[in-house]
Amino acid sequence: MAKQSKERSLSEHMAAKKTVRYIVLIFLTILCLFSFYILIINSTRAHYDIQKGFSMLPGTSFIKNFKSLMGNSNLPVIRGMINSIIVSGGTCILSTYFSALTAYAIHAYDFKGRKLIFSFILAIMMIPTQVTALGFISFMRKLNLLDNFIPLIIPAIAAPNVFFFMKQYMESSLPLEIVEASRIDGAAEFKTFNSIIIPIMKPAIAVQAIFTFVSAWNNYFTPNLLLSKREMKTLPILIAQLRSADFLKFDVGQIYMMIFFSIVPVIIVYIALSKNIIGGIAVGAVKG
Amino acid sequence: MAAAKKSKVVSYTKWGYIFLIPFFAVYIFFQVVPLISTIYNSFFENYMAGLNQIGPNFVGLSNYAALITTGDLVKYTWNTLLMWIAGFIPQILVSLLLGVWFADTSCKLKGDGFFKTVIYMPNLIMASAMAMLFFAIFADAGPVNQILQNLGIREAGDPYRFLEHTGSTVALVATMNFLMWFGNTTILLMAGIMGIDTSLFEAASVDGASGSQTFFQITMPLLRPIFVYVLLTSLIGGIQMFDIPQILTNGDGSPNRTTMTLIMYLNKHLYSKNYGMGGALSVMLFIVTTILSLIIYRVTVTPEEY
Repeated sequence: MAKQSKERSLSEHMAAKKTVRYIVLIFLTILCLFSFYILIINSTRAHYDIQKGFSMLPGTSFIKNFKSLMGNSNLPVIRGMINSIIVSGGTCILSTYFSALTAYAIHAYDFKGRKLIFSFILAIMMIPTQVTALGFISFMRKLNLLDNFIPLIIPAIAAPNVFFFMKQYMESSLPLEIVEASRIDGAAEFKTFNSIIIPIMKPAIAVQAIFTFVSAWNNYFTPNLLLSKREMKTLPILIAQLRSADFLKFDVGQIYMMIFFSIVPVIIVYIALSKNIIGGIAVGAVKG
Repeated sequence: MAAAKKSKVVSYTKWGYIFLIPFFAVYIFFQVVPLISTIYNSFFENYMAGLNQIGPNFVGLSNYAALITTGDLVKYTWNTLLMWIAGFIPQILVSLLLGVWFADTSCKLKGDGFFKTVIYMPNLIMASAMAMLFFAIFADAGPVNQILQNLGIREAGDPYRFLEHTGSTVALVATMNFLMWFGNTTILLMAGIMGIDTSLFEAASVDGASGSQTFFQITMPLLRPIFVYVLLTSLIGGIQMFDIPQILTNGDGSPNRTTMTLIMYLNKHLYSKNYGMGGALSVMLFIVTTILSLIIYRVTVTPEEY
């Protein structure tokens, strides 16, 4: 009897524990989604409806807001989106490919200074790009590369954090026997990398492709200093422009639509790939 | 046999160097050269006074002296740290709690995959778009003020002006930072907790340790390296804080520059082409972040690996 009641109180205790945890998690979920919910609702409502009062239900002006955003000649949204795709796509390809190559150099070859180079790359990993922005911008001005995507894309070749992730992945999933075997087959080193190593690295490349794409997509500081021509601006710069012009007064629907436009593509990709992303976060960060 | 093996190694090692060329060429060209030029600039007086270019004249360390003595640097450092701390404290507390919960195999929660997906999502959202969204939501005629007025908390026609008060502006910035980062921190801490040998938890439970005893005596000490990593990377991220307060306050750090961060200050100098002061500020930030990076490196890289 006593044992049974003890068991029951234990399971009641467990149920209470679970309930508390669910309540906290649901609260945090609402907190995370609340602003996006308002964003989606208000992007479907017309300016005067939004001004009149708050609503939990969507309106019918999604198409209208979309059209007025497209028709706004001060905000070249489509151009901005294409620019963002070029910069983010280029960054993503260069940074994953060359980080894998750099990691392969450290992983597969036993050359002099290897440890030193590895330590060096790890040590510089956290230094923010903002602290060299001044020299970077004036150097790019000298090279006549302002209003050009090259200074936004090419530096992605040297991405210490992506390199570190690739190196971690190679340690767990790339046995050197594979490299040895391909040598016996007579494959040249660079060809080995492209035709054997890259396919093995695909899962790691996929995870890092998402991260590098998204961080380039969201980047505001450097593009804002480099790009001033209207047709070169990326989405974050256009968003900032939205803030500085006093838009709230005449068309809030357009503001919500513009924000919708710049974050929804990322959300869709994220939902589709969230399993890979969540799994990939901890790998490149730290060794326990 | 040994000789044959050795010659084989020698014939391949040069490829290690060759494959490192792209990384280092780009790093030197786009990072090291700009760094040297930034340091060089910090020793010169070089700015625009109206349309007139002043300098560049060598002035030694006087840019640094000016930066420190005007008091702005202290103020902006304080602003930056305050906004970072206001977001980081709730972030680390909530993340620790969730990390422990997600890693707890004895109390498996249904739908934990869903919750992880949701709490991580804000991390991928464009910070400038998030700031613009909050600006619209917390505007005088925005949804939050409409709700406050509907509930009778504020009188109709008398909205709470969030961006005219330091406290509420700091709170908005901290809230956005919290929302964007607590999911990421949760996952890092969860991975760290799951890496702890489960037999330690079992032993503690056999010995009759309570939940909080287990947490403070076992989880926390073993989690220390990851904890320090999270703390310092977040601090470096905090020092870089720019997009959110910049967009939210339209670059003014309103009200009265109480939410102006260090990088917003740097951005102002870069925009007005004050390269002397901008350079000095950059060098100071470089030194601070390098020291922090080296600490992270010491904490996370154990000596036996490379």
